[in-house]
Amino acid sequence: MPDLLIELFSEEIPAGLQARAADDLKRLMTDGMVEAGLTYASAAAFHTPRRLVLTVEDVLSESPTVVEERKGPKVGAPEKALEGFLRGAGVSKDDLEVRDDKKGQTYFAKITKPGRPASDIVSDLLENTIRTFPWPKSMRWGAGPLRWVRPLQSILCILTDEAETQVVPIRVDDFVSGDKTKGHRFMAPAEFTVTSFEDYEAKLKRAKVILRADERAETIWQDATNQAFALGLEVVDDKGLLAEVSGLVEWPVVLLGKIDEEFLELPPEVLKTSMKEHQKFFSVRNPKTKRIECFVTVANIETADNGATILAGNQKVLSARLADAKFFWENDLRVAKAGDDMAQWTSALSQVTFHNKLGSQAERIDRIAALARELAPIVGADADQADQAARIAKADLSSEMVYEFPELQGLMGRYYAQAAGMDQAVANACEAHYSPLGPSDDVPTEPISVAVALADKLDTLTGFWAIDEKPTGSKDPFALRRAALGVIRLVLENGLKLSLKGCLERADEGAGAADLLSFFHDRLKVYLRDRGVRHDVIDACIAMPGNDDLMLLVKRATALSETLATDDGENLIQGFKRANNILTQAEEKDGVEYSFGADPKFAEDAAEKALFTALDQADGAIKPAMNAEDFQTAMAEMAKLRGPIDAFFTAVKINDDNEMIRRNRLNLLHRIRTTCGAVADLTKIEG
Amino acid sequence: MPAETPRSFQEIILRLQTYWASKGCAILQPYDMEVGAGTFHPATTLRALGNKPWAAAYVQPSRRPTDGRYGENPNRLQHYYQYQVLIKPSPPNLQELYLGSLEAIGIDMALHDIRFVEDDWESPTLGAWGLGWEVWCDGMEVSQFTYFQQVGGHDCHPVSGELTYGLERLAMYVLGIDHVMDMPFNDPDAPQPLSYGDVFKQTEEEYARWNFDVANTDVLLKHFEEAEAECKSILAQDHDDPKTGKRIIMAHPAYDQCIKASHIFNLLDARGVISVTERQAYIGRVRALAKQCADAFVQTAAAGVA
Repeated sequence: MPDLLIELFSEEIPAGLQARAADDLKRLMTDGMVEAGLTYASAAAFHTPRRLVLTVEDVLSESPTVVEERKGPKVGAPEKALEGFLRGAGVSKDDLEVRDDKKGQTYFAKITKPGRPASDIVSDLLENTIRTFPWPKSMRWGAGPLRWVRPLQSILCILTDEAETQVVPIRVDDFVSGDKTKGHRFMAPAEFTVTSFEDYEAKLKRAKVILRADERAETIWQDATNQAFALGLEVVDDKGLLAEVSGLVEWPVVLLGKIDEEFLELPPEVLKTSMKEHQKFFSVRNPKTKRIECFVTVANIETADNGATILAGNQKVLSARLADAKFFWENDLRVAKAGDDMAQWTSALSQVTFHNKLGSQAERIDRIAALARELAPIVGADADQADQAARIAKADLSSEMVYEFPELQGLMGRYYAQAAGMDQAVANACEAHYSPLGPSDDVPTEPISVAVALADKLDTLTGFWAIDEKPTGSKDPFALRRAALGVIRLVLENGLKLSLKGCLERADEGAGAADLLSFFHDRLKVYLRDRGVRHDVIDACIAMPGNDDLMLLVKRATALSETLATDDGENLIQGFKRANNILTQAEEKDGVEYSFGADPKFAEDAAEKALFTALDQADGAIKPAMNAEDFQTAMAEMAKLRGPIDAFFTAVKINDDNEMIRRNRLNLLHRIRTTCGAVADLTKIEG
Repeated sequence: MPAETPRSFQEIILRLQTYWASKGCAILQPYDMEVGAGTFHPATTLRALGNKPWAAAYVQPSRRPTDGRYGENPNRLQHYYQYQVLIKPSPPNLQELYLGSLEAIGIDMALHDIRFVEDDWESPTLGAWGLGWEVWCDGMEVSQFTYFQQVGGHDCHPVSGELTYGLERLAMYVLGIDHVMDMPFNDPDAPQPLSYGDVFKQTEEEYARWNFDVANTDVLLKHFEEAEAECKSILAQDHDDPKTGKRIIMAHPAYDQCIKASHIFNLLDARGVISVTERQAYIGRVRALAKQCADAFVQTAAAGVA
């Protein structure tokens, strides 16, 4: 059975789009082939900056013939109906078969769909795939209507079996498929013919192209680490950069160069960011001092001077860049050390709009500082220090370095606050207050950082809520979900006892506080669901008072979740439900709530009396447990009620003829409802 | 084979002119107005519109007032040169043509690392965007390479290929110069050798001072309004000229006013009188003008309307 090879050769494809495009090519072609009946043994896709490649092994040489029977009209049906049927089925009357059906003699047509050669199927499929390829961003070029990520240059499409290699004929506008491709743009630009995938990959390698991205990445990493090791250095790991760089070259050539001595005193993060963002260099550091001393650049060509010219050029560009960075660093340090707590920067923030409806950065910082001050005692921070940290935490946004490298915000703030002579804990808050940035990011633990981080996020949330810029569906342009998750993690992982409602109302003057609290609850559900807590368990706890204290809420949910997994949980739920269901029915029927209190003196039956006693005992044990927020013990006590409750239901009839006794029993059930509902609203528990 | 290494800034310009002339481009002269980049030249902005084929190359003096550094920064200037090539429709071998131009100025492809690195180009003021690359030579950006998709809000069809070379930076690299002011402008062996600094050091100082501290912002703001009003008024004229009886759509005179407004905005920006919020509003106003000029141009014979 033949193998299929496709290469779509184009001008340079952006590195970030290559892998997905290769997957899309594979998916679209193989799905289409299977749908057309063209099965195969295996398929693999590859990508380089200039090629998307698909190889499919052991493809059927043609799709199987399919015979399908179609039922027509009855014999003797109007001529028109028969004509229509014949037209639709594409057969003549002579081809029809007459058989008995439920309704009598009926025409049947046998329609034979002959198999199609693989070549025809692939040809149609590939043309369609090229014309409708799902590029996230595509373009036209020249005068043609075709769209591709960058101009397409040629199409190679061949089917190979033992006997021969056959070009699958495809025409897409001006492009006609063939069996030829080219090698490396500079080192082997000549065209060559390909007979199979093995032949293709081997010839490409001779023509200075490594087809496989993982092989290019591996080559880069090996060469880089070897060269660094020879100098007693190590390459700073960066998977994202490695993937990107292997998408920028067809023939990686690793070159290691030294960073000019005069730049080595820059913070390592500045060196790393500048080299990565602008030059796509890897950082190479001294494992002893942790200083970044060298860089690795990956060229796409072997040269007669072993890359000396290329390395010198790159070094020169780097020096110019780092000269800028050094200039910014020194200017910034001068401002930081001016002795006025970076006033030049903080005052400049009054000119920077945070959001046109939410005022300037300076106004926002005033709000954050006030909130941080209020939160300070709750998180165990000094209020004055929290206030000070909030006021300088965003000062670096005015610095030259952060203007040039926005991704260094916070980090530079820490360096500059240190240089300004601030307390280390205050300086740390500059960097830490942005955290956590996601579900796996570290959560700040230093009290001052926690206070500012909370204030920052709460201000963001209440602000955007107040101007009605809430996240909708997949749109969350201000990352408010992330901010809410940040608050949740800050509170929970630091074990903070905090009334969220108080914070939200203080910041928002009450307008959207309730809505925002339910947004927090939604985020909390997602957070807890990831930790195996059922949604009905969370709902049952959210329904309780004090639900703006996230610690308390999670404590309830965790205890309930754990209890439900035990016999106690089963007993609690069954006992509660039995009592609650009967009570609810009676309440609905009578239109009253039986919350008047049950009196043991009306208890007639021994089981009824025993239930009173059991409830008294339970209440006595539950109260201290609840006060100590020991929900598990409380629920264990509730679970003990199941026996007395069951005995009570077996022994007595609730709807006694004596109305006084009936009401007393219903009031007794209400006591069960109240006692068992102390931890969570059990009516919300499913099952 | 690459050509010999050039000896001066002007030799690089002359070689590019000769090269692109040999490839069939009309060698135009710079546009006689202040612009921020070669793209603003109507030979690019307007000629990228419509279906008439076009091929032009030219040097365009460009001004970016905020980049002024009094001639002290080794590679930042408020006035610099761009070399611009626009070919419509983009030929299938445009990358090869471009690489040929690098060889023509002495860059040896066998010795250097040339790379096409993704860069999506967008000009918010022109309502234009395209896809292409920054071209890197040994890690340095030496050109912008763009396939125009839209200009002035109009889809480009056919598509133009645009090449923009930052001449000073490219020349400094080719000539091995570290500070732009040290670069030989003419032949170093000429009877009167002139460096880039001899030609431009003083003007960089003068303009930096004027751009940053002296330019009268009230006057500039007034000029901006006037240019905007004039642009709109030109385009509001009847297409039929009452005097000659001919159909004359004045797309170019209107576009001049758009260019003016754009440059005045850049000057105001350098004077620091435009806030972040206002910035977007000003850019939007210039874009509205560019769009109206494009709307007018596509109705003219130069755009291929019979």
